[in-house]
Amino acid sequence: MAKKRVPAIDGWFAMDTAEPRLLGTKCSSCGTYFFPKESSFCRNPGCSSTDLEEVPLSPRGVLWSFTNNCYPPPKPYVTPDPFVPYIVAAVELEREKMIVLGQVAGDVKIGDLAAGMEMELCLDTLFEDDAAEHIIWKWRPAKGAQ
Amino acid sequence: MSKQVAVLGVGMHPWGKWGKSFVEYGVVAARAALADAGIEWKDVQFVSGGDTIRNGYPGYVAGATFCQAMGWNGARVASSYGACASGSQAINNARAQILAGLCDVALVIGADAAPKGFFAPVGGDRPDDPDWLRFRLIGATNPIYFGLYARRRMEIYGATEHDFAKVKVKNSRHGLANPNARYRKEVTKEEVLSSAVVSDPLRLLDICATSDGAAAIVLTSLDFARKHSTAPVKIAGVSTVTPRFPNTVIEMPNFATDSAATVAPPAVPFRDSIARGAYEEAGLGPEDMSMAEVYDLSTALELDWYENIGLCKPGEAEKLLNDGDTTLGGRVPVNPSGGLACFGEAIPAQAIAQVCELTWQLRGQAAGRQVENAKAGVTANQGLFGHGSSIVVTK
Repeated sequence: MAKKRVPAIDGWFAMDTAEPRLLGTKCSSCGTYFFPKESSFCRNPGCSSTDLEEVPLSPRGVLWSFTNNCYPPPKPYVTPDPFVPYIVAAVELEREKMIVLGQVAGDVKIGDLAAGMEMELCLDTLFEDDAAEHIIWKWRPAKGAQ
Repeated sequence: MSKQVAVLGVGMHPWGKWGKSFVEYGVVAARAALADAGIEWKDVQFVSGGDTIRNGYPGYVAGATFCQAMGWNGARVASSYGACASGSQAINNARAQILAGLCDVALVIGADAAPKGFFAPVGGDRPDDPDWLRFRLIGATNPIYFGLYARRRMEIYGATEHDFAKVKVKNSRHGLANPNARYRKEVTKEEVLSSAVVSDPLRLLDICATSDGAAAIVLTSLDFARKHSTAPVKIAGVSTVTPRFPNTVIEMPNFATDSAATVAPPAVPFRDSIARGAYEEAGLGPEDMSMAEVYDLSTALELDWYENIGLCKPGEAEKLLNDGDTTLGGRVPVNPSGGLACFGEAIPAQAIAQVCELTWQLRGQAAGRQVENAKAGVTANQGLFGHGSSIVVTK
């Protein structure tokens, strides 16, 4: 039987494999975006709004930079045995004018990446335990992009 | 010039892995600084501690912890935390007491006993703490962020792994004769380039270690200093600036930058504003600096600092390095102490240690690594959660 799929953190992204989206907030007054969600006070110092609404963020962006981790990180990261190195990408969303981090999904090598590439959001497994598969957002080179 | 304070004494406990309590390191450094200043412990009126968050409750109340260990003398205390910038927060608090006329003699102490390997977040299950979550959800270690900055330099300026390795080679030579440095061994470019990749493009020898160590300084009013010293070194500017919204560089421990969708990024980005704040207080500029001590958490990050503190324009740091300008004997030596490359990081001690080094340099006491005719120097450092740190020290 397939394991239950649960988000590794609640409310940060939509659990929709076909159309994955990060969930941020947008200030109803000035329009500034926040990720992770800022729900109490707009952090634009020129805005005193307390009215922030949840919005899905752009699922695509441009690669700002990237690196990998070749050593098992400390807890609370759940490290598989054997450890599998992973790439982390910093992706700039055009509409939100914001850079968002995420691991890179799939069999992508450092040499496959270059700043300026278009990247898209996807959902993937962060780790598995006896009870469930814990799902997280990741980036991957955008399909149909150069 | 009324905003200056004097650095009457400086001292350190050597960096390393000694297996002892941070308190012991701090007391050794404090006693060394007091002896250097010719000041008795009983005459210290204010003790300013840099906090360490990995050593339990005593680490959170570092000022009082050091007072107790030295033997209670009734001094007023403060304990400051600003992550890697804790030391300059502690210096700034001591300076403010002196400039406000509340005391004449302050002792600033920062000490750490560091765990081995990657810095981990504070323990427990804490899903509301971004520093915990970045490890949990992305495995975003500190070197991940350093790797992102390093790769960005390669992508936009054409920096190479060879450039990064040369920073390590330079700093390893600078630190050879420094008695407080942990690593006193020359490193070759080939050794850097053959060390294991940690976070591409950064290798083991590009990234600083975590260390035990302690640094302390005795700060006094100028009037007090004149009675004790013919020519005390002075702190002419301290910057503890925070970012201005929107901060568009991805910073530890964040998942994302601020959004610049509605407010344009500031004309002076955060990292450029750090030293600028200290220069403005001092009435000096980067062209007046004889040297700099910058936070080389990674080799590539040292190159970023050259630009951030105004030694050269964006994209020109590799040229500055390769022309020898930042090597001892060059126009403006950077990290004459050997930097974090030779020390490793002892978090709350580090910004204080930078001031110790500039003080020794300005007194002409930096044996084996002396910057000739040193007149002024600048430190630069940054603590996570938005702590800028820069101090201008002058003759």
